[in-house]
Amino acid sequence: MELTPDETVFWHYGFVTINLTLVTTWALMLFMVIGSALITRKLKSNIKISRWQCVLEMIVTFINDEIKDIGLSSPEKYISFIGTLFLFIGMSNLLIILPWYTPPTSSLSTTAALALSVFLAVPFYGISTSGFFAYLKTYIKPTFIMLPFNIISQLSRTLALAVRLFGNIMSGVIIVAILLSITPLFIPIVMKALGLLTGMVQAYIFGILATVYIAAAVQESEKKARKIKLQKST
Amino acid sequence: MDSTTLIAVASIITAGITTGIGCMMPALSEGKSVASALSSIAQQPDAASTITRTLFVGLAMIESTAIYCFVVSMILIFANPFWTHIIAK
Repeated sequence: MELTPDETVFWHYGFVTINLTLVTTWALMLFMVIGSALITRKLKSNIKISRWQCVLEMIVTFINDEIKDIGLSSPEKYISFIGTLFLFIGMSNLLIILPWYTPPTSSLSTTAALALSVFLAVPFYGISTSGFFAYLKTYIKPTFIMLPFNIISQLSRTLALAVRLFGNIMSGVIIVAILLSITPLFIPIVMKALGLLTGMVQAYIFGILATVYIAAAVQESEKKARKIKLQKST
Repeated sequence: MDSTTLIAVASIITAGITTGIGCMMPALSEGKSVASALSSIAQQPDAASTITRTLFVGLAMIESTAIYCFVVSMILIFANPFWTHIIAK
């Protein structure tokens, strides 16, 4: 039994390996890019808009509201990153309804790459909003003693992000594969439906956690902005 | 018993125990959290959306501990490093 789609290798030359994970990831990216380009080609602001534009607007509004609820007051800046994560993971987990499809998120390399991008995005947004030294100062909050623990938490939460997504999706794939050999008639469908639910929840969790980590990094400047707003309003 | 058998026995037993205990404890805590979330929704139906969102995030965090145990037992069964080391010899 194959544990991950990494083990299905199509082409191998030197250190370049093209496996099932890469192929599905690129197919998924092409599908999403072409699909959204087709939908957004003729946007309208009339009372009557096309069905697909309505779907996209709902998704974008939903992500914006969630980001704002967590405490980032200007979600336009972050939706390009967090929305991409959420849409990619959600789409790759949702497409398990297709036959012979193994989600690329059931390979540890994909989830590790996604978690690494979160790991790099946190200092990026932190530095770009509040400045280099103000961002470094968040490492010695509340006291200087917490410095090693803050660094450890940065690393461990990246690992946790990667392994959580990988484990959830991989377990769904493996359970379906095991059940197919034991009770191949109806039970795998039920487990696949459960896999759809956990897949969407995991995509949501990944987005939410990325937002929470970014919000923790930029909280200083957010606080300052709120204070200025309060002073202006009084 | 030679070392191959020892490693196989230890891996299988450990994998079973890992998944067993690792599913038992998160199941208990998930039950507790769902129960308290349900009672608080019953008390304040207006806050249902906030409670549900927090509940889902919390459930996924709790469940990830079970998932870690599952990943460890999967590694022990399908991709055991000690087993491959012995076999390669």
